[in-house]
Amino acid sequence: MTEPLLTIRNLSAAYGMASVLFDVSLEARRGEVVALMGRNGAGKTTTLKAIIGMVEAKAEALSFSGHDIRKLPSYRIARLGLGYVPEERRIFTDLTVQENLDVGRRPARDGREAWTLERLCAIFPNLAEMEGRRASAMSGGEQQMLTIARTLMGNPDMVLLDEPSEGLAPVIVEQMAEAVVAMKATGIAVLLCEQNLHFAAAVSDRAYVIEKGAIRFSGTMVELEANDEVREAYLTV
Amino acid sequence: MDLSFVIIQSLSGLASASSLFIIASGLTIVFGVTRIVNFAHGSLYMLGGYLGVTIVPLLLDVDRSLPMFLLGVLISALIVGAVGALMEILLLRRIYHVPELFQLLATFGVVLIVQDLVIKVWGAVEIPGPRAPSLRHGVFILDQRFPAYELFLIAAGLVVLAGLWLLMQKTRFGVLIRAATQDREMVAALGVNQAWLFTGTLFLGAFLAGLGGALQIPRVAINTQMDISIITEVFVVTVIGGMGSVPGAFIAALIIGQLQAFGILIFPKITLVLVFLLMAVVLVIKPWGLFGKPDASAGRAILPEGILSLKRFGTVDNLVAGVAIAVLLALPVFGDNYMIKVGIEVLVLALAAFSLHFLIGVGGIVSFGHAAYFGIGAYAAGLLVTRLGFAMEPALILAPLIAGAFAALFGYFIVRLSGIYLAMLTLAFAQIVYAVCFQWVDLTGGDNGVVGVWPSGWATSRQVYFYLVLAFTLSAIIALRHAIYTPFGYALRAARDSATRADAIGIDVRRIRWFAFTLSGAAAGLAGGLYSFSKGSIDPTMISIPMSVDFLVMVLLGGIQTVMGPLVGAAAFHSIKDFFMPLTDFWRMFLGASIILMVLVFPRGIAGAASLLTDRFKPNPKPLGLPA
Repeated sequence: MTEPLLTIRNLSAAYGMASVLFDVSLEARRGEVVALMGRNGAGKTTTLKAIIGMVEAKAEALSFSGHDIRKLPSYRIARLGLGYVPEERRIFTDLTVQENLDVGRRPARDGREAWTLERLCAIFPNLAEMEGRRASAMSGGEQQMLTIARTLMGNPDMVLLDEPSEGLAPVIVEQMAEAVVAMKATGIAVLLCEQNLHFAAAVSDRAYVIEKGAIRFSGTMVELEANDEVREAYLTV
Repeated sequence: MDLSFVIIQSLSGLASASSLFIIASGLTIVFGVTRIVNFAHGSLYMLGGYLGVTIVPLLLDVDRSLPMFLLGVLISALIVGAVGALMEILLLRRIYHVPELFQLLATFGVVLIVQDLVIKVWGAVEIPGPRAPSLRHGVFILDQRFPAYELFLIAAGLVVLAGLWLLMQKTRFGVLIRAATQDREMVAALGVNQAWLFTGTLFLGAFLAGLGGALQIPRVAINTQMDISIITEVFVVTVIGGMGSVPGAFIAALIIGQLQAFGILIFPKITLVLVFLLMAVVLVIKPWGLFGKPDASAGRAILPEGILSLKRFGTVDNLVAGVAIAVLLALPVFGDNYMIKVGIEVLVLALAAFSLHFLIGVGGIVSFGHAAYFGIGAYAAGLLVTRLGFAMEPALILAPLIAGAFAALFGYFIVRLSGIYLAMLTLAFAQIVYAVCFQWVDLTGGDNGVVGVWPSGWATSRQVYFYLVLAFTLSAIIALRHAIYTPFGYALRAARDSATRADAIGIDVRRIRWFAFTLSGAAAGLAGGLYSFSKGSIDPTMISIPMSVDFLVMVLLGGIQTVMGPLVGAAAFHSIKDFFMPLTDFWRMFLGASIILMVLVFPRGIAGAASLLTDRFKPNPKPLGLPA
C-alpha cells in the first residue's frame, strides 16, 4: 500500500497553558473523504489549524504528500497542495467574488486540469454571474460556497474543510454535500470536520471521533453508524 | 473676503492637502497590511527631501528641464522605497507579533537613528532646494497670482490617487494588499508568501513618503525637524480617515488642507490646535475614523506580554526598599553636588515613570503622550512663579491640580477609545499642548522657554531641595502604589484584563479609566513641577514626543510586570543618559539602537528578564487540563 497523503502521528497542541490536543493521530489517503467528528470544543478546529500551521503544535510526525510540514509556514503548506477552508469562512468582504478567487489562485501541479470559474460554477451554480459582486453582499450560503471555491482555485490535492454545514439552510447543506462529492470525484482528498452525522455519513469514507482533544474512535463510516455506543458518548448532545 | 481670494486660499489648501495625502496614503497602506504604525514614516519623508536636494541639482546640471527635475524626484523616491523595504526585512519582519506599543517604540528607534544619520551626512543646517524648471512662474486666477508649482502639486496628488486606485483594483499585488488588510492569516493559508507581500508594501509606503518629501524641495528648505512635524500631521490624517483606508486618507487630507488654509486667517496662531481638535471630535463620534473599520485584528494585545505581578512586598523587598531609602536619605550628606543633582532628576523621573506605569501596567491605557502632563505641571509651576509672582509652595500644590485638570479634560475623550487609536489620541493631545507652548510666545517664551523658576529661599540649597523632592515623590509613589490595592485599583485591573466582562459585572469602565487617567496626569504634573524648580527653567522639550518616549523607555526598561520596575527603569535610564550623552554626538542613534535592541531581545524589560531567569530554575508548571 502506498504512503497516505496526510499523516499525523501524536499531535499535541496548547493555547498558552491550556492543552487542547493530546496525541492525535490520523491519516488520509489520496482521493479519500475522511470525517473528523466531535462536539463543539472537542478539538476539531484546532487539529485543522495545527495541520495548516496556524496553531503551534508538537507532533511525532506531520507530513503531507511526502513532505514534513511541521516547521513550515502556512503559505508553504498551502503551496504543497493542502487547502484550508475555515469554519468562519473568512472571505474578504471588501473584495469582489472574482477578486476573492484571485487571491486563492495558484498554478495547477503536475499537469492536472486547473480550476476555473466555469468549473467552479458547475459545482456551485449560485456563484455564476456573481464575479463583480462584493463578497459582503452575499448570503451566508453563498459565502460558504465562495470560501470553498477560493480554496479550490489553489488547485489543492487535499482540502481541510471545517464544518461546512454549520448554520446553513437544509437545501444549502445538500448542495455542500454534493460539492464534497464532486471534489472527491476530481481526486481531491477531504478532511471534513463535522458535528452533523447525516452530512458526514453522506460524503465520507472513514471517520475519526474526537472528544476532549483525543481520538476516541476510528473506523469506516459504516462502522461508526453502526456503533451506538460511540455515537451516544461523543456525538449526541 | 472676495471670491478670488477664497478660491486662491482653497487652492493653496488643496496643494498642501495633496502633499499630505501622498505621504499619508503610504502610512495608511503600510498600517493596513502590517498593522504597524510606522513612526519612521516621517523619517522616510525627510530622507526623500534630503535625497531630492542632493540628486535633483545634479540632474539639473545636465539639463535644466522639468523632466530632469521629475526624474530626480522619482529616483529619490525609489531610493527611499528601497530603504523602506530594507527596514521591513531587517526590523519590521521581526516585530509583527510583538505588542503594538513595542512596534511604535521600535519604529521610533528608527526615527532617532535616521535623525543622527541625516545630521552626519547632510549637516544640521537646512538646505534650500532647486525650483522646478517651467514651474517657477505664477498663474493668474481671477487676477490673483498663484504659483504654478502649487497647481502641479495638486495634479500630483490626483495622479497618485489614480495610480493607487489602479494598483489596488487592477493588479494582483493590489488585490493581495486589500485581502491582507482584512485577514493576513487567511491570505497565508491560501499560499501567498507574506514576506514578499510585506516587503512590497513597505517599498510602496516608503516610496510614497519619499515622493512626498522630494516634491517639497521647491517649497521648503529641507531640515532635520521635518520628520516629527510631518509625522504628527500624517498621523492625524490617517486617524481621521480611518487607519488602513486610502480613500479615507484622501478625504481627511482635503479637510485638513482646507482647515489649515482658512483656519490661518481666523486663528493664525493655533491652526495646529484646530487640526487636533478636529481629530478629537471625529474620534469621539467615529472611534475608527471616517472610513475605518473596527480593528480586524482586535484582541491583539497592545501591552507587552505578561500580566502585572502584584505580589506584596516580602522580607527581601522590604529590605531592598529600606536600603534604597536609606541610601537616598544619606545622599545629600555624602554625595557631591553632581550626585545630588542626578538624584533629584532620578526621583522626579521615577515619579513620572511610575505614573505612566500606573496607566499602562495597571490600567492598560497605553499613553504615547505622557509628557503632556509632566510638561503642563512644569509650565504651570514655572508660569505661576515667573508671570504671577507665586511662591514655590502654592505653585507646587497647584501644578498637579492643573495637570490633573487637563488630564481630566483630555482623558474624557481618550478613555472612549482603545488600542492604537487611543495611543494616537494621547499623542495628539500632547502635540496640542506642545504646539501651544511653542507658539504662544508671549506667555511661554516659545522655543526659549522661561527662566528664573527658582525655589523659595529656604529650599534653594541643593541638599534641602533634594529632601523636598524626596518627600514629595516618595509620598506620591506610595500613594499611587496603594491605590493599586484599593477597590478602585481592582476595578481598574479588571477593566484592563477584560473591559466587557468588567462592564458586565457593573464596573463603569470609562469612569474608572477616566479617574485613573486624571490621577496619573496629576502625579506626572507634580513631577513636572518639581522638575521645573530643579532646573530653574521651563522649555518645550519637557512636552515633546522624545520626552514621552523617554518615559515609555523607562517603564519598559524596568519591565511592565513589576510595580517597582519603573523606578529601576528611571534610575537606569537617566544614569545611562547622563553618563553617555556628553560623551557622544550620537546619543539619539545610541538610544534608538538600544530601544530596538530592547524590543527584540528583552521584550519584558530588565526586571522581567530577571524574573524569567529565576523562573528558569523553578520546575516547569504542567499545562492545565489532562485527557480524560
